[in-house]
Amino acid sequence: MQIRKVHMLLVILMAGIIVYFGIPHIIQTSCQLAGQADLDETFSVLPRMSYPQPFVDKPQRTDVLLMSPWLAPIVWEGTFNRDILNAQYRQKNLIVGVATFAVKKYVRFTEGFLSSANKFFLSGHRVNFYIFTDHPEKIPLMKLAPEKRLFIIPIQNYSRWQDISMNRMDIISSHIHSHWRYEVDYLYSMDIDVQLFEHIGVEIIDTLVGTISSWQYTKPRENNSYERRPESQATIPSGEGDFYYAASFYGGSVSEVYKLTTACFKGVTEDRANGIEAKWHEESHLNKYLLYHKPTRLLSPEYYWDEELIRPHIVKVKRLSSVRKDLKEVRF
Amino acid sequence: MTCGKVVKSVFILCLILIPIFIWMIVWNGPVRYLPYYLPCPEIFSMKLQYAEEKPVQLFPQLFYPQPRSLDQKYTKFVGPFLESAEKFFMKGYRVNYYIFTNNPQVIPRVQLQPDRSLSIVPIKKYSHWQETSMRRMEVINRHIAEVSHQEVNYLFCLDIDMVFHNPWGVETLGEMVAAIHSGYYNVPRSQFPYERRSSSAAFIPDSQGDFYYAGAVFGGLVKQVYEFTRACHMTILADKANGIMATWQEESHLNRHFFSHKPSKLLSPEYVWDDTKPKPPEVRLIRFSTVDKNHKEIRD
Repeated sequence: MQIRKVHMLLVILMAGIIVYFGIPHIIQTSCQLAGQADLDETFSVLPRMSYPQPFVDKPQRTDVLLMSPWLAPIVWEGTFNRDILNAQYRQKNLIVGVATFAVKKYVRFTEGFLSSANKFFLSGHRVNFYIFTDHPEKIPLMKLAPEKRLFIIPIQNYSRWQDISMNRMDIISSHIHSHWRYEVDYLYSMDIDVQLFEHIGVEIIDTLVGTISSWQYTKPRENNSYERRPESQATIPSGEGDFYYAASFYGGSVSEVYKLTTACFKGVTEDRANGIEAKWHEESHLNKYLLYHKPTRLLSPEYYWDEELIRPHIVKVKRLSSVRKDLKEVRF
Repeated sequence: MTCGKVVKSVFILCLILIPIFIWMIVWNGPVRYLPYYLPCPEIFSMKLQYAEEKPVQLFPQLFYPQPRSLDQKYTKFVGPFLESAEKFFMKGYRVNYYIFTNNPQVIPRVQLQPDRSLSIVPIKKYSHWQETSMRRMEVINRHIAEVSHQEVNYLFCLDIDMVFHNPWGVETLGEMVAAIHSGYYNVPRSQFPYERRSSSAAFIPDSQGDFYYAGAVFGGLVKQVYEFTRACHMTILADKANGIMATWQEESHLNRHFFSHKPSKLLSPEYVWDDTKPKPPEVRLIRFSTVDKNHKEIRD
């Protein structure tokens, strides 16, 4: 057979393919030291810190419940040391996303929200703020801290404010599926009509996090505003229920939030098909979900305090609070 | 051979090799190699493949095994340990017991519930009981790499000279679980029996420390326990190279590691009690505690 240029080219091509596929494996087999360094990184040590000793028999707070019956910690002021948590968190190189909606007249709250969140929300850590709005031009240009980024995403609005509120779940769910699962590790959904007054730090980071509602934390479960009509998908039978969670601030790992928002929105659509709307809209669905998929961490009412309420002794710090507004005017 | 034949044979070789390489990559997925141990004549280095992803087993099929290190004379504790474990440990779930011993024949046959199994793992006997105690880390680590990581999801390492008195359930499961020592839960940290000599790798200075953890109970996800035992064994070897042995052997090293890599879940002293101490009111239930024994007679 005559050697032709074609044959030579073909041989070179095949050799190239073998090299491309084979060399990485060969390198891996001979590189144990690299593997050692790799494992050392995942097992990095906390820096030396000085802090008071925790005592098993001297709890810092005796006036509140510190742990739920399924051993999820409830985060109150005085129960945690943020320095230790920061040291553990920094090792993991995580990015947190915050999803918030500024639709129709709620756009006016953006500036207050962003300026206070920029100062107090996970300060020093990487956060991506995602603001969904139907008026992107009305979002003020703000200078954020270097590790914080702002994304403005246009959405359509709906005529009824209840629909806007409930469709948030769907929008979050689809965005996780399309973008956020590649961009962030943890995701939190917050209302836009809030301001932060105190630091909210990495104590909120956990797989599935719910906030105990400031309106209903002392009520017995029969008096809670759960949806009770059995026709609704959000119904919770009487005799069941742990806490009443606020839909204004919840979150967790991206996969858990995806499951939560998908399940809640599925309930919302089924209710719509049956011509029923849950008592507190997506909050009722959220409560149903968190009853049967217990959160791994609970935030005390410090983490979402409603402005209209007087602060009792047990809520020592008001970290995030709703902004005073005229509901009638802003919703319609 | 003519040039033509050479080219043709190379061609065919390439055709065969390419699918093999592609198959290797697709089949094996990401490969991580475990590092060598510190060079030491007594321990041979191990290099294994360790798959990152494992299928998650749902309740009630989680395995919770317990490696137990046993010397000759400790074998008499096996019977009561196993009988009490059958009654109280993770009732209703699948459990594998791994008992490490240098004397496999002496292990009594205990009737186990269905869905539970017992394996006896032979180990070497060392001249000093302290040596056996410290070698636990290496032995557990090696066992995970060779056997357990394929068989179980969670692993607990418990001392054998103890007995269960009350239920021990899935509230104890977590990524990395440590138990607070019953003797030191209400004393200031300067009185913890940490290793205080700075030349040891297990050194913890006076002003530092959260809790004093018991060496008799630790556990968690298999991967975490693997990394933890590896790290402890490294520091134990480092101390050996410097000719120093920590005050409380591997318990000191365990405490050092739990100080810099905090456990995700802590068990109260209910889960590791000393029967010689009177029960205080805050310890409402004693779940797992020591059996009275004559230390002199057992250890040497």
